[in-house]
Amino acid sequence: MVATIKKPGLPRAFFGLLIGFAFGYGLVVALRAISGLPLTQSEQTGYPQLIVASIAGPLGFLVGLGCFDYWLRWAAGRPTYPAELEHKDHGATSWKDYFRFNTDHKVIGIQYICTSFLFFFIGGAIAMLMRAELAQPGTQIVDPGAFNSLFSTHAALMIFVFVIPIFAGIANYVLPLMIGAPDMAFPRLNALSFWMLPLAGALFLASYFCPGGAFDAGWTGYAPLSTGAPLGQSFFNLGVQFAGASSVATALNFLVTIITMRAPGMNFWRLPLLVWANLSTSLLVVAATPFIAGAQFMVLFDRVLHTNFFQAINGGDVLSYQHIFWFYSHPAVYIMMLPGFGIISEVISTHARKPIFGYRLMALALLGIVVLSYTVWAHHMFVSGMFSWLRVPMMITTLLIAVPTGIKIFSWLGTLFQAKLHLRSTAMLFALGFIVTFTMGGISGVMLGMVPIDIHVSDTYFVVAHIHFVLFGGSVFTIFAGIYHWFPKMTGRMYDEKLGRVHFWLTLIGMYGTFLPMHWIGMEGMPRRVADYAAQFGDWNLLISCFSFLLGAAQLVFLYNMVVSWRWGPKAGPNPWRAKTIEWMVSSPPPIFNFDEIPRVVGGPYEFGVPGARHAIMGPAEAEVGRPAPAVAGTAGAAST
Amino acid sequence: MTRATLARLVVAMLVLTALIAVPMTQIHWDGTQASTAAHKIDTLLNVMIVLSSFVFSIVLVMLFYSIWRYRAKPGDEGDGEPIHGNTKLEIAWTVIPTVIVLFGAIYSWVVLDKLEAKAPDSIPIDIVAQQYKWTFNYPDAPGGPVTSNELVVPVDRQLDLHLTSLDVVHSFWVPEWRIKRDLVPAGPGGNDIDNEVPVTPDRLGTYQVVCTELCGFGHATMRALVRVVPQQEFDSWLAKQAKAQQGTAGTSGT
Repeated sequence: MVATIKKPGLPRAFFGLLIGFAFGYGLVVALRAISGLPLTQSEQTGYPQLIVASIAGPLGFLVGLGCFDYWLRWAAGRPTYPAELEHKDHGATSWKDYFRFNTDHKVIGIQYICTSFLFFFIGGAIAMLMRAELAQPGTQIVDPGAFNSLFSTHAALMIFVFVIPIFAGIANYVLPLMIGAPDMAFPRLNALSFWMLPLAGALFLASYFCPGGAFDAGWTGYAPLSTGAPLGQSFFNLGVQFAGASSVATALNFLVTIITMRAPGMNFWRLPLLVWANLSTSLLVVAATPFIAGAQFMVLFDRVLHTNFFQAINGGDVLSYQHIFWFYSHPAVYIMMLPGFGIISEVISTHARKPIFGYRLMALALLGIVVLSYTVWAHHMFVSGMFSWLRVPMMITTLLIAVPTGIKIFSWLGTLFQAKLHLRSTAMLFALGFIVTFTMGGISGVMLGMVPIDIHVSDTYFVVAHIHFVLFGGSVFTIFAGIYHWFPKMTGRMYDEKLGRVHFWLTLIGMYGTFLPMHWIGMEGMPRRVADYAAQFGDWNLLISCFSFLLGAAQLVFLYNMVVSWRWGPKAGPNPWRAKTIEWMVSSPPPIFNFDEIPRVVGGPYEFGVPGARHAIMGPAEAEVGRPAPAVAGTAGAAST
Repeated sequence: MTRATLARLVVAMLVLTALIAVPMTQIHWDGTQASTAAHKIDTLLNVMIVLSSFVFSIVLVMLFYSIWRYRAKPGDEGDGEPIHGNTKLEIAWTVIPTVIVLFGAIYSWVVLDKLEAKAPDSIPIDIVAQQYKWTFNYPDAPGGPVTSNELVVPVDRQLDLHLTSLDVVHSFWVPEWRIKRDLVPAGPGGNDIDNEVPVTPDRLGTYQVVCTELCGFGHATMRALVRVVPQQEFDSWLAKQAKAQQGTAGTSGT
């Protein structure tokens, strides 16, 4: 028992969680006792003893798990690990290695992906419950207060612990391989970043056990609704801190990895577009995410410490919450989209067997989006009563951001032109489906960007339709494309294409049936975030609910396919799609440090159809002569199975 | 690609644009038009529907043409044409969309200015929101200030709405008027919040004020009635209310 507790791992982590929680709780009670206050406080915005305990508990979990063992030894000047144990936290030989502090980027990638999908299914189940309630006007299944909690937690889970981190997970796995690096730049930081993610999700879900229910002020948490809300809101404030810290640390890791760890010859114009996409995303995350962290801390302080950031009556400024929040949360939509753009480029080029059309403009368009996305946040506030002059410049930048986005759509179409297109991969189906749905989401985005139209449809179901076209039809389609595309690489096995096609078509039909009619009912007058609505929208809502259940059921096909194929699928070779980038030159799954020999990059990443062109070759320059063309030698034996 | 193919594709794009845009512009997506703003906003929407249909048609035609024309034959594992780009084309699809969106921005700006042009004879109405209730005050009513739980307004006169909230952020929306603005709880200095909204109802009838900013568990049912009536009826309603309220609430004036 004591031995288990002493060894870093999940048992010690839960022990640390308890210790941390007890410490935090005890600290507040002790301080209150010293000050002569009642030992605990239970105003609905207060509960300081629980708040401090909920900060200290997760930190105790991370310490217990072993996230800080190496650093603490090093900081204390003690010997770190002997040479033979230097890589003791690295790699996986059994399933148990996925449930501990692990510094291997491939293990972390899979940890990220599986954890995010867990939250995706929980968030999806919550959405099903909402659609069940909304199938008829009036309230049948949940009361209006509980309904507010449902859509708030649905959005928080989907945004903060599904879409954003799963892209970090996919890139974690693929990106070091793509640039020819043995791992990420900071493997221990990488592991710490991952383990903050389940904590964030757990905090969001723990709010369901709070008096007053889960947080219910929307994922936007506008003050002063949020500053006066019951205890659950504080768990949202705290969960965002963990998710945000995780994002920022990962983004720093990606930036340093991309800048410093590229294989010889991999200059910036030879980077695959997925790497460019993650470079751009990371630039957004490191500068924007601190703003939402700040906004949520200010709300938490207003709630617990009685500061007055957003209390108008005490001289606070209500609108400044919205400005700070959207200064992150608009870039956040690109944080949730740019990595997907990268995935689509990889998938389309490979399955169209053509170089990406206008590669350099594609990379520059990403950077253009990064710059512009910092200048458009107030388009979420056209009807907020903010300084009215600000609306027109924000409208112009908002509409201009359609230009780099359009460049990407047109370039993908250019890539398909005169191609040798293969539709056998589900990844390609999702990529092509993405082009159509994302174009529609972009078009409704341009309409929303126009102030007069926005005045009418802001905060209606039109907005709900738009965000789901870009986040489901956009981000989630790219996620599915990426998962199907790299599934053989990650697991060493092929998934079932037939089930994949069933998943694609059901998802496509379910998605259009669910979200397309939402545009119409929104324009006609149905506001968002309501449990009850006017009877005139009843028929449409019933139809939407039916399609949403189809959409939900389709995801079970995906789950079944992934689980069964991972275990029993036919073995995949190193390069089932005959792609050109470096991750396909090593075995599936790749050996523990990725490369026995560091590859040398000699050309662009998408040189399909160019006679004799190569992206990279394995081994030193001399080895180039007399070696068979597909340079996968020396990897098969080292495959970790 | 031959000129003939290009011509066929362009024709296909134009036909598809017409097929999407013509029926879509016939439908009144936004429902009843009951203010001068509604006509302008719906016209802008229709212009955007036509432009968007064209862009969407380009994408659809090129996508499905490529899938149909360039799908690899079974067993063909060769590569496509190694085309890396085309500078002229890339410049075109950067510049043309820029021109289109700038046109949209300028057009929207012009419409916005028209929506917010103030008339000299507008009727000031103070709207106060609180969880989950609307109150409408007529400070300049001839017979003294009037307070009401329904919004009664004359047709074809500009209203000058002043919006305030007593607790959290709410949002005032009459879908048939197409006008929406948040009601923000402001501090002593007003926090420089732009809370004045002009609107000119131009259709008689009964509508609803809908709260569109999440404000708590009663958000979905936070509604009030709007009655747009002829000027004389409005005047007599106002006079009647003033008389009743001055009579009963002479001392409790707020």
